Amino acid sequence: MNELAITVIGRDRPGIVADVAEVLARLGANLTDSTMTRLRGHFAMTLICTGPAAAEVEAALASLAAEGQLLATVRAVTPDGDVPPAGEPYVMAVHGSDRMGIVAAMTRVLVDAGGNVTDLSTRLTGALYVVLAEVELPAGVADTVLDRLHRTAAELGVEVTLRPADPDLL
Amino acid sequence: MTGEERGPDVGLGEWTPESLDVPGEVRAVVSAPHPVLSRAADEVDPTAKETVQLAADLIATMKVSPGCVGLAAPQVGVGARVFAVDVTGHPKAVTVHGTFVLCNARVVEATRWKPGREGCMSVPDLTGDVKRASRLVVEGDLPGSGVPVRLVTDGFEARALQHEIDHCAGLLFLDRVAGAHAVYQRKVYL
Repeated sequence: MNELAITVIGRDRPGIVADVAEVLARLGANLTDSTMTRLRGHFAMTLICTGPAAAEVEAALASLAAEGQLLATVRAVTPDGDVPPAGEPYVMAVHGSDRMGIVAAMTRVLVDAGGNVTDLSTRLTGALYVVLAEVELPAGVADTVLDRLHRTAAELGVEVTLRPADPDLL
Repeated sequence: MTGEERGPDVGLGEWTPESLDVPGEVRAVVSAPHPVLSRAADEVDPTAKETVQLAADLIATMKVSPGCVGLAAPQVGVGARVFAVDVTGHPKAVTVHGTFVLCNARVVEATRWKPGREGCMSVPDLTGDVKRASRLVVEGDLPGSGVPVRLVTDGFEARALQHEIDHCAGLLFLDRVAGAHAVYQRKVYL
């Protein structure tokens, strides 16, 4: 069974999800995990599916891309291997004036401490830039990481908090 | 835990916004990113003339702002531990103390944490999911008389109080959102 990583991005319009999903369904590609969202007027889909060969999907999506302004990529990937042990889950929130390099500098601090970002979103609204990241950290490093994040945030002129992610399950 | 075990709600006593005895002026509300919103505000003398004026101005500004249920001094550019709250008539409010202003307020007890959606006049384009205590005991001083009060509250008023006390500590709701996708573009502006 082929596992494919697909990205589709284009100027938002009604019907992108239906169009792309139809193409995939017709080829017998089964959608597994995906995120599909609008980013400042562009619609972005990132998805994993299983089924046909990459070239087949690429050709089918190319016909969609030709009609409009959709850009699609398809790549064969290897299925999940052994999942590394999860660290302790935290949420990092950063906000301040927009400037170059905020995500780069703040996530570098996390990586250097052995952290792994599992989910991240950014938003620019007016002059306010917001970064929200879910990160798994090795046990016992959170205090040190927070010190380093504060130092980096001060250099960037932004605010940062790092809190344990809420473990509550319903 | 009952209100009695926590200590009784002493309420606002005789205090009303009118007891400030000065007309409030509407002040301009600052938006993030602004440094005054990100630093811990200073303790105030609740009996000082400027504190009383600030209290009246916060109420006046809150009242002219549609949908506004609370406003803290840093939001009008003043780094002082003062805020106004009024959740009267809000559908999610249970206990309601009416319109009031607290100086130097602090959370004494916080229990029964629940998620909820929050917005903020200083972050006008976004809302976020934030967990807050739904049972809350707050202590602070009333502006003018300087009388210390202990308020026991719950639900939406408890949420509003925690949001405003956070402002006085230099924190925004953005600092407490639940995850990477817990912030939303505001779709409805009141």
